[in-house]
Amino acid sequence: MNLALRDIRHNLGRFVLTCLGLSLLLGLVLSMIGIYRGLVEEALSLSRTPRADLWVVEAGKRGPFAESSRIPGDTREVIASLSRVAAAGSLTYQSVEALRSGGKLRLYVVGYEPGRPGGPENVTAGRTMGRSHYEMLADVKSGLVLGEQVRLGRNVFTVVGLTRDQVSSGGDPVAYLMLQDAQRLQFELEPPVARREAERGAPPATTDVVNAVVARVAPGTAPGQLVEAVGRWKHLTALSQSAQEDVLTKSVVDKSRRQIGLFTVILLAVSSVIIALILYTMTMDKVREIATLKLIGAPDATIIGLIIQEAVAMAVIGFSLGALLINLAKDFFPRRVILLPGDGLALAVVVLVLCVLASGMGVRLALKIEPAVALGG
Amino acid sequence: MAASITTPPLVDIQNLSKSFGQGDGRVDALKHIDLQVYAGQVVGLLGPSGSGKSTLLNVIGCILEPSSGRVALDGQVVYDGRWLQKDLRRLRLDRIGFIFQFHNLLPFLNVLENVAVVLEIAGAGTGPARQRALELLQYLQVEHRREVMPSSLSGGEAQRVAIARALANRPRIILADEPTAALDSERAGVVMDLLRKVAAEQGAAVLVVTHDEKIFDRFDQMFYLRDGMLADIDGPHTRSKDVAERR
Repeated sequence: MNLALRDIRHNLGRFVLTCLGLSLLLGLVLSMIGIYRGLVEEALSLSRTPRADLWVVEAGKRGPFAESSRIPGDTREVIASLSRVAAAGSLTYQSVEALRSGGKLRLYVVGYEPGRPGGPENVTAGRTMGRSHYEMLADVKSGLVLGEQVRLGRNVFTVVGLTRDQVSSGGDPVAYLMLQDAQRLQFELEPPVARREAERGAPPATTDVVNAVVARVAPGTAPGQLVEAVGRWKHLTALSQSAQEDVLTKSVVDKSRRQIGLFTVILLAVSSVIIALILYTMTMDKVREIATLKLIGAPDATIIGLIIQEAVAMAVIGFSLGALLINLAKDFFPRRVILLPGDGLALAVVVLVLCVLASGMGVRLALKIEPAVALGG
Repeated sequence: MAASITTPPLVDIQNLSKSFGQGDGRVDALKHIDLQVYAGQVVGLLGPSGSGKSTLLNVIGCILEPSSGRVALDGQVVYDGRWLQKDLRRLRLDRIGFIFQFHNLLPFLNVLENVAVVLEIAGAGTGPARQRALELLQYLQVEHRREVMPSSLSGGEAQRVAIARALANRPRIILADEPTAALDSERAGVVMDLLRKVAAEQGAAVLVVTHDEKIFDRFDQMFYLRDGMLADIDGPHTRSKDVAERR
């Protein structure tokens, strides 16, 4: 006869409510882990989109994500001319705010050269960029739809394609423009400013500037060799793809990552305390029954089994409900929530262990209950 | 049923004392108690609150260790200056049945399970345990309530189920703590008659702690406990004198 099951059935409403409360808590822990993963994934997605082996940026900089970087527009030709480079592409990166439906729309604009490394490989709707100006590919998270027109700077761009999972490390959806359009958006001066610059004798501002050049190396070539080769030029710095990802995770999103990580740990600690209190209270409620069981000769193992089985049931049901809840809700989060099976499994094990450990308080209480309590003495 | 003179007592307590605390704070709850309860006998233990009734019941039930004296249960010495049995839990399970004032049925088990659980704890399989529990419920005439939860039972029914549970492992000793306190006269009489029936038919020794005057005439012998000392009541309430005469 399974006493835990009978006790759960007897207090089903209270048990279900407790599990529901626990599931919300564990759902929160799971969502924090998902947000953490999402943050890292989002930070890396932009650097992974070009599928580059090499990033070339301004000398002494760790750009274009960690620091600003400006290099001449012809750098791409220079890099492409290196013997072990298979392909190279110029890129610009810029945060902009556009007006849309009376509200503000934040976009992270990436300028790239179609046909060269740097742009998205696929679009989920519409078409990829052609050779025309004033076209845009936008991430679905921007809310933009195919054919919609958006004013950026002095020009109006038409959305011709939609991408997915393309966001900046700050969470802004990415909009891809033709390189020249993006260059003008970023580097072209407003007419009054340009006139003032001309009047004071300054040379005309050039827009032939990019933030980075990405390159793919020829098969059989180690990116490190090219990093070393480009590093010999004093005006450029080269980073391998792994170095770029390190910069992003250990520098750009490091504080956010650590903040979320710490918050997750705190949540887990709070969860353990709550689980322990729930189990302790559940045991407190059964003092007389436990005393009766002891008096009629039930061994400690029966009493411990009752408490631990309830703890395990609570952990399993609470976690399963929490996981289900967060799986249903994850798409409503403003930023990506990535739930990896490994993370879920690890949390399930942690919760199970926590519940068993937390039930220690209840078990300790149960073992201290004197059988005489059943007699009222 | 009168006890046989030749059989040894099922509960045999000699010179038993129990103190709590030390020095000036020492309280002598039981003082040099001698008590024998024989098979088939229903014995009442009376006394005011704080007289040591529950302490004596706890000692006989192997829940509380005496300070000195000798305790033998079912012919086996379990305490003689120290516990002589390693597994007191098993001793309780096999030899002693408990009946409580408020029946103490487990609220999350139905009537049948409340009786069967004792048998399962003792190692019986589910099938035999349920079969024996059913027989006991039939014996105590509450079989028709076997699927009901304790909260739905009347006081008298709950106490019958409690008696069935106490009898599950065929114990030779039954300890009852105020078993009729929560019942009216009629139901209290029924419960006491059942205990007498159990004692007579199963050869058990039944010791009942009570304040309930309406059941005094159901005892073979009554003892009065005052200030930790035991006195045999040899009066009109005592139904059977033979044991007292032998003593």
